[in-house]
Amino acid sequence: MALLKLQGRLWVLQRDGELISDIDTDMIFHNQYLAITDIAKMGQYSFDNLEGFKDFAQLAQPDDIILAGDNFGSGSSRQQAVDCFRCLGVKAIIARSYGAIYKRNAINSAFPVITMPTAKAGDFKHMETTVLDMDRGLLGSAKTEPMSGVQKDIFFAGGLFEYAETLK
Amino acid sequence: MGRTLIEKIITAHGGGECTGGDVVWMGIDNRSARDFAGANVVGNLEKYGGESPIDDPDKTFFTFDCNVPANTIPYATNQHRIRLFAREQNLRIWDVDAGIGSHVVIEEGLGKPGTTTIGTDSHLNIMGAVGAFGQGMGDVDTAFAFKSGKVWFQVPNSVRVTLKGMPAPGTEAKDVALAMLKEFGSHTLLGRSVEVQGEWPDQAALSDCITFSSLGTEMGAIIILLPPNQKVLNAFGMKKEEAIYADGDAEYEKEYTLDITGLKPLLAAPPNPHNVHSVSEYKDTAVDGVFIGSCTNGTYEDMAYAAKLLKGRKVAEGVMLKVVPATRKTWTRLLHEGLLADLFDAGAIVSNAGCGGCASGQIGMTGLKEVQVSTSNRNFTGKQGRGDTYLAGIGTAVASAVLGRIATVHELEEV
Repeated sequence: MALLKLQGRLWVLQRDGELISDIDTDMIFHNQYLAITDIAKMGQYSFDNLEGFKDFAQLAQPDDIILAGDNFGSGSSRQQAVDCFRCLGVKAIIARSYGAIYKRNAINSAFPVITMPTAKAGDFKHMETTVLDMDRGLLGSAKTEPMSGVQKDIFFAGGLFEYAETLK
Repeated sequence: MGRTLIEKIITAHGGGECTGGDVVWMGIDNRSARDFAGANVVGNLEKYGGESPIDDPDKTFFTFDCNVPANTIPYATNQHRIRLFAREQNLRIWDVDAGIGSHVVIEEGLGKPGTTTIGTDSHLNIMGAVGAFGQGMGDVDTAFAFKSGKVWFQVPNSVRVTLKGMPAPGTEAKDVALAMLKEFGSHTLLGRSVEVQGEWPDQAALSDCITFSSLGTEMGAIIILLPPNQKVLNAFGMKKEEAIYADGDAEYEKEYTLDITGLKPLLAAPPNPHNVHSVSEYKDTAVDGVFIGSCTNGTYEDMAYAAKLLKGRKVAEGVMLKVVPATRKTWTRLLHEGLLADLFDAGAIVSNAGCGGCASGQIGMTGLKEVQVSTSNRNFTGKQGRGDTYLAGIGTAVASAVLGRIATVHELEEV
């Protein structure tokens, strides 16, 4: 189960000392880029409409982890808002809560989205290398919720279609 | 123990005796994708679909409503990629002339009470307006539904909201929905199935139910379910026994009461839909443009109300009024009943049917510092351009267009 332990720089998405809530899909991947279907071209636009983090795509490195507030990914159903992070090699998102469609999209793409209802900006250091242990439900030493059964199944299969193959 | 409406709909679609929190596979009656993300659905099916990428061609279709007709080459290319796939697989397309997919699904009777619909439109939970399940999904989920006819779903917890009393005359379904946003914000109902009951929903017309449920996404809800009232049943030629309702003794995670007695028109000021205030607080704000349309306020009844208010009046000098009927059927009725003339003569720009302002294109965006009153559902920073968007109902939108500043429908009556 070593697969479930990640380590990377933690982007603490905060404003005035608070984790940013309601980061919607137009802030993550703006609707002006919706016609893009090639995942390799998506990363460059990640967060380019999120005030304070518009240079995210230039500064992001593989293995980075993102921490945000409530209702992350609210808004539209665009899969690109998940795929843009996969394109950059971002390894996981942790948020207090998610928009429902966003969470499904991430799960179906085997991209870890972890819920941490108690997350606070002050508990973490921006850009510090941090360990996410999805087995034990820990970000650093702080507790996260565990992945649900279906989320784990799809994650280990490598995606929804791959998971469906295992059911046959 | 009694069961909630969403639990009963899911059970009726192969989900078993489920309750909030269970993860189930559920059958989908209507499997759809739009021009946005539709090409990605096709891409997924080409990669994973194998010999038979479509479970049932009669239940699977595309609706083009975002960029219609395409005004960028990438969108045109995506749309045509979908057409070629659809021809090969014998799938129906409601093409660039048809209008908003979710409204077409209701208009065609496909999305009737008790049914299940998924697709790539995040406002597909608008189906809650008719006591049906609808859910916007990404292109992976949607492609999976095209291929298998089902999706996995975590049954949401159900809460119930009782609306008490009736709003003041001149207050619309949009204002009632904004009152919900004001009360609950975007977090309280997050991930919940919200059943709404009371005197107002009991008598609401289908078009009002559509407006009301369309803002569930902005509340963070999975869906806002209205038990089908007599008017909604009549619209589908259904009897009460044919629809699905919650059990009388259903248990809810939480019950809320919201008093809407005498409610006056509201608006959502920038930067988000739950920044709700009374319209009169903003009456000195000058307006540059007004948009009337979208899945929230684009029905025939919305357009006819706008036409009635605009008849014999003029849009203020220097104000753009953009009108986009939701569907071609609505457009046709407006045309043949002469209502388009009332809109046009008042100074409106009337576009072909579609989503209008929400998907970057069809009828223009706002520029920096431009102030727009919009009947749509999202005013997030950057969503409808760089300007400041205020969300409101038809009456407020028309009054603001005519007076050149944010105004209530009651002020219009004095003009």
